[in-house]
Order: sequence, then structure tokens, then C-alpha cells
Amino acid sequence: MKILVCISNVPDTTTKVKFVDGNTKLDTNGIQWIINPWDELSLTRALEFKDDASTGVKSVTVAHVGVATSEPTIRKALAIGADDAIRVNAEPADAYYVAAQLAEVVKKEQFDIIICGIESSDFNGSTVGGMLSEFLGYPSVSAVSGLKVENGQVVINREIDGGKEVVSVPAPFVAIVQKGIAKEPRIAAMRGIMMARTKPIKLYEPVAIEPLTKVASFEMPKARAACKFVDAENPKQLIELLQNEAKVI
Amino acid sequence: MSVLVFTENWDGKFKKLSFELASYASKVAEMLNTNAVALSIGNVDESELKKLGNYGVKKIISLNNDALKSLDNQAYTSVIAEIAQKEGSKVIVLANNNTGKGLAPRLSVRLKAAIGAGVSQLPLSVSPFTVYKRAFSGNAYAHLELNTDVKIITLSQNSFELIENATGASIENASVTVDGVKTQVKEVQKQTGKILLTDAEIVVSGGRGMKSPDNWGPLVELADLLGAATACSRPVSDEGWRSHEEHTGQTGKIIAPNLYFAIGISGATQHIAGVSSSKYIVAINTDKDAPIFGAAQYGIVGDASKVLPKLVEAVKEAKAK
Repeated sequence: MKILVCISNVPDTTTKVKFVDGNTKLDTNGIQWIINPWDELSLTRALEFKDDASTGVKSVTVAHVGVATSEPTIRKALAIGADDAIRVNAEPADAYYVAAQLAEVVKKEQFDIIICGIESSDFNGSTVGGMLSEFLGYPSVSAVSGLKVENGQVVINREIDGGKEVVSVPAPFVAIVQKGIAKEPRIAAMRGIMMARTKPIKLYEPVAIEPLTKVASFEMPKARAACKFVDAENPKQLIELLQNEAKVI
Repeated sequence: MSVLVFTENWDGKFKKLSFELASYASKVAEMLNTNAVALSIGNVDESELKKLGNYGVKKIISLNNDALKSLDNQAYTSVIAEIAQKEGSKVIVLANNNTGKGLAPRLSVRLKAAIGAGVSQLPLSVSPFTVYKRAFSGNAYAHLELNTDVKIITLSQNSFELIENATGASIENASVTVDGVKTQVKEVQKQTGKILLTDAEIVVSGGRGMKSPDNWGPLVELADLLGAATACSRPVSDEGWRSHEEHTGQTGKIIAPNLYFAIGISGATQHIAGVSSSKYIVAINTDKDAPIFGAAQYGIVGDASKVLPKLVEAVKEAKAK
């Protein structure tokens, strides 16, 4: 069985974002780039599968759509333990564009399980995984919080609104995963970092796809009013404020 | 032309989210000088369906088919796309919940329709069609142009006020052929007896400042008194003090209640990212410089273990009045 994990390159989650070019582009100056947190968990789970011979998982590949400057993020995924990587050499214009590029890669390389994080922490679209599955005509399971292999079949836990389900779909399929899929992201060890240097990154040139959306501008969230402090000895006052001023209880 | 809204049901009943979606779709329809049509999939009786008509939709399409009993993203996508084409829908509205996140991207590719995901207000303009959406996990917002003939919007829960507008909507029973259901459901565990975190109007959340999983008693009591759901920060769920389903924050649940209590939570960027859409935040923390106070409207500097019991008493007193 071959697993593909799709990874996105995002600013470190503590970054104070700023914009340039009339607030249309992210100011990338001084930004630390990381593997999107959900994708990192996906990779961890995929590697746990590979470690367990009974799952029959033979290889874990990562795929990324981005220009050459995102290679350190791909190397990090290889250092954590992915066997090889694919990079589609293009600026990720929007989710539709990225999913279409990934679909081309999958058609050529063929995988049994494709794992995508539920969301990227930069554009928060929650769309690439689902779009990819539709481009391929594969089944998709979203809000996945657990993946297991039982008797050669992949068993999936998914969250529904108001509960949980255990489901299965025939491979190949796309699992769109969230919190719970792996406990903690795996960290690259020194040996992994050394080995990553020689692992292959296959380069694909993009196919021509028109993006469907365009960011007209970004803006910062509206500033909140200053915090009103209430004496710790007198929480009654807080309740009064919540009742009479905020009117929320 | 129309605006189509997919209104999910839970065991045959709609909830506030369904009516938020109906209200939102009706307003978008108004902006486009057209009508909103609601689509319900599943066994929902007529009196329940009629409720959607109280929120501005002009027509309700009800689709009851055994093959659609549980969510199969491909089968649902086919059905919704078919109805959207039949109704000439220019905008399709879904919830930005687990179901909507599963369906909207597939519909986008099927219909070649741009998505505005996680939207919390009406479009900024209809030409170009521009939505206002959360970006960088709440650290910024984007004005996003959707440049396709058909558009898809996923609406964040508890972000849009209900707008009552009784239309006396007509109900139409539709039938479709469903094939290719590939999702096999082996087990269902419904969450019962507890308020869902994503539905809750008030949420009481604890962090590392609670010091031990044994100290959650007064926090749960406060939540019960207020009819609130309980939540926690990431370290708490990572430590296994509370289940990961309670984790609110960037990688956990993103919520937007009317009132959020952050108790013993310092307020790391990643935590704030998950709760910053709350209308009011109350923070209780020993450190007066904790970043959570920067996001909160009301604060108490103090130890959770001392403040919580007093807060519980104060709520009890207020309720007794």
C-alpha cells in the first residue's frame, strides 16, 4: 500500500502577519515557514502505519505545490521520515488550482490512501482535500479523527456534527484529517535530517489551470475594547456586567 | 435563478444553525434580486420543514431517500449539484461544519464554482462577488472575489443573526436516483445529553491554570448553571485531562459563542485563533500580563481554584433572584 500526504507550507502559527502591495500580499519578510500543523499530524500517522508491518504500508510520499523557496519545508517532511517527495513547481494561486495540480500528480503516481489536513492555517479554506477527491472521482471522508488497518481494510473514525462514526470506503480514497489523528507530531531526529539530504524530490511542472478566486485585499481584525477588570473577591460584579452590560446571560 | 441553501437536519429536526443558514441565504437572494430555496435531505416531517419558511426561504425541497441515510460525500454532492442545476442556483450556501466542509469542495469542482469558506457576514458586493472571510487563523481577514458563474459559500455557525420573515413557503417533495454510495457506516455514537460545543451559546473552558484534572468540578458546575458547554485548551487535551473533542483553538475546534470563559488559559496565539470570534470573552488568570486579557472584555486576576467557587455562588444567587 502506498500513502500520499499532501503538505502545505504556512507561516509559523505565532507569526504576526503583515501585508504589502496595497494589502494584497503577505509580507514574507522574516517569516518562519512550517509544515501546516494538520499535515504534520497526517504525516505522523502515515509513518506510524509504515512502522507497523501488519498494515502493509510500503511507502509514504509527500506532495507539495509551491516554488523552490518552500523546499526546506519539504526537506523537513523527509527528515521526519517520508520516503520521497513531489513538488509541483508553481505559486499556489488558490485551493482549486492547488487541488488540480495535485490531482495530476496522483493520476501519474497512483496511491492507495491520500491524506490531507482539514485546513491550512493561512487561508483556512478546508477545501483542497475535498476538491482533490472530486477531481479524481475518489471517495472522500472528511473530519477524520482516526485511521486504522484491520484485516487488510482501512477503518476510519469520523466526526459528524453531534457524534462520531466508524466508516469504511474502498481504496483509493482521500482522508481529510483533523485533530486526534495522531497524538503529537513526530520530530525529525539528527539521523533523519542527514538522510533527508539525499532523499529524492521529484519535480513536476504545473498544468494550465485558471484559479477561481482572487484576494482583493487583506485587512487586520478590528481591535477589541480594553479589558474591564473585576476584583477577584467580588465575582458578583462580573455576573452583573454579563447580565446588564453585555446581556449575554 | 435562485440561491440554494442546504439545511441539514439532526434526527428529523432542524436547529438554530439551519435557520441561520436560511436567514443568510434569503438575504443573499435579496442582494441578487432572486429567491432562496432550501434543500432538506432526510426524513423531516412537514411541520418541521415549514419552519424554514419563517426565515425568508420561498421554496423548500424535501428529499427523502434511504440511500442518503448517512453522509456519503460523493452521493450527496451529486444530489445537491443536480438540484442546484434544476433550480438555476447561482449561489449555494452550506454550513461551515463537518458536513459542509465535506461537501462544499466537491461541489466546487463538480460545478466549477468558487468557494468562499468560513464566511461570517453577507457578501461585501455582488459585482464582483466578494466575500469577507477569516484568514491566517483569525489574525487577518480577506476580501475574496469569487470569479465564477456559480458561487459556494460556507457560513460559520453562530455568526449570522436569525431574521424572521414568514413567507408561507411551498414544500416540494423531490425524488432522485442515488447510486454509487461507497461509505459504509459500521458504528454510530451520538453525543447525547450534553450541549454540543459548536452549538453552545456559552462555553466554559479550562486551561493548565486549573492545575489538575481533579479540579474540574466547579468549572462543570458553572457550565451546568449557565446551560453552557465545557471546553479546554490544547495542553489540557494533550495531557489527557479532558477529551480532545473539547480542545478549542487553531488545531482543535473553532467556535463563536456569545460568551466564552477562559479559565486558567494564558491565551497563546493558537488558542485565541479558535475563540476570537466569540462575542464576549471573560478571562480568569493569575498573571495580569497574560495575553488572554488582550482578547477579553472582562477579566479577573486571580487563581482559578479560588475564583471559580465564588463565581458559582454568584451565579446561583443571580439565578435565585
